[in-house]
Amino acid sequence: MQPKKKTLRPIVTGSSVLGIKYKDGVILASDTLGSYGSLARFRDIRRIVPITKHTVIGGTGEFSDFQEITKILRQKIIENQELVESGKEEDELLPSEIHSYLSRVLYGRRNKFNPLWNDVVVAGFEKGKVHMGTVDLWGSYFEDDIIATGYGTYFALPLMRKAYKKDMERDKALEVLRDCLTVLFYRDCRTINRYVFAEITKEGVNITDPVEIETKWEIADWQEGKL
Amino acid sequence: MFRTQYDSDISIYSPEGRLYQIEYAMQAVAQGSTALGLKSKTHAVVVTLMRSSDELSSHQRKIFKVDGHMGIAISGLTADARVLLKFMRNETLHHKFVYGSDLPTGEVVSSLAMKSQRNTQRWGRRPYGVGLLVIGYDGGKTHLYQTSPSGNCFSYYAQAIGSRSQSARTYLEKNFKEFPELGLEELVLHGVKALKESSGKETLTKLNVGIAVVGKEQKFEILKPNKVQTYLDQILQTEGEIEIENENENEKDQEAETLELKLD
Repeated sequence: MQPKKKTLRPIVTGSSVLGIKYKDGVILASDTLGSYGSLARFRDIRRIVPITKHTVIGGTGEFSDFQEITKILRQKIIENQELVESGKEEDELLPSEIHSYLSRVLYGRRNKFNPLWNDVVVAGFEKGKVHMGTVDLWGSYFEDDIIATGYGTYFALPLMRKAYKKDMERDKALEVLRDCLTVLFYRDCRTINRYVFAEITKEGVNITDPVEIETKWEIADWQEGKL
Repeated sequence: MFRTQYDSDISIYSPEGRLYQIEYAMQAVAQGSTALGLKSKTHAVVVTLMRSSDELSSHQRKIFKVDGHMGIAISGLTADARVLLKFMRNETLHHKFVYGSDLPTGEVVSSLAMKSQRNTQRWGRRPYGVGLLVIGYDGGKTHLYQTSPSGNCFSYYAQAIGSRSQSARTYLEKNFKEFPELGLEELVLHGVKALKESSGKETLTKLNVGIAVVGKEQKFEILKPNKVQTYLDQILQTEGEIEIENENENEKDQEAETLELKLD
């Protein structure tokens, strides 16, 4: 008899991914940690990756499954290039099509009780507009202007909802994201203070190198003069 | 086409490097009644002549919808066309389900070409005896493709297939340069005029002429007979005007003759 070869529980995991639309495009953010349970095991992984010139995906959950999803999508892009007559880049798969395709894949896996254990953010630029949304391990599909996965749903989303305005400036969008990432570092135990930002505009995709954000750990009550 | 010793099987080449079975299949397309297609920057149109075997029977349908943005006109073996139509409908539906978007016309035509070619190189199979004119609107552009039993597919500005199609093709060749900028009404009119060229002795009526359109803000639609009649009327009217002009000129000549007589 064959051993069970299904995903039973996530082993190496990534925490939240945040996304926010602004005037000229969209910015995604995440930390660079792959946790091994409570151990902060892999401290420089990339949980936001480009798929085409105009699309990125970000992943929460089992990191090996996220790597598999990246492989599946990039392979699909190559297959599609053969079909596209013009050979032009603008005729390759759109972010919304990639998003739709991924939701079919994940839903199919859940039906077989062998899920890819992820919550994936798909974001990109198509037809002059931003497309951003999420798909999860059950195959649920959502589109929105502000996105958060993992613990970000609980900590960051309420903050983003308050701060979001349609067509906000780039600096304001970054400020909102940095604020949310800080809160997550304070409150989510499975995070580190090392972040990557991915910005998508009509020009294309730009993913930054890891940066640190300042945090305050002095406990106010124990400050001199306070007690 | 003459019978030779190299035409008894699809897998036999002739000494000239021809596959006669494929050419005979293309002859089946040429025997079907005329179907033609033409496109502008914003719309693509197919016009067909629908035969009926006798007065009691209905006219053979030649235009079919594939999806909201795509349709075909056929010429040749209708039964074979139904198989290809089912295939195309499946492909477009599957694409919509997986990707949430319209399947580009060029992609489904490529798949059709592959499918058609397979039947020219497989034991026990024969080529599909039907030619399709595929019109579609996707990616902000209009498309017109012709497929043939050989598996060859080409994109066209305008094309006509079936019996007496050469006359229609000649008309299209003469006029196609002005098609890109035309509006829908004028484009359809050109199509109907082209069909008239290859209708021979048959009179065009709203029952035996099929028209379908697709384009920008225009889902694929087969026009109802009453709408078809309005285009036929416009053609007859222009012809009628020319006739009346000729009649008037003849009358003027007669009057002149009578005057001369009177002066005498």
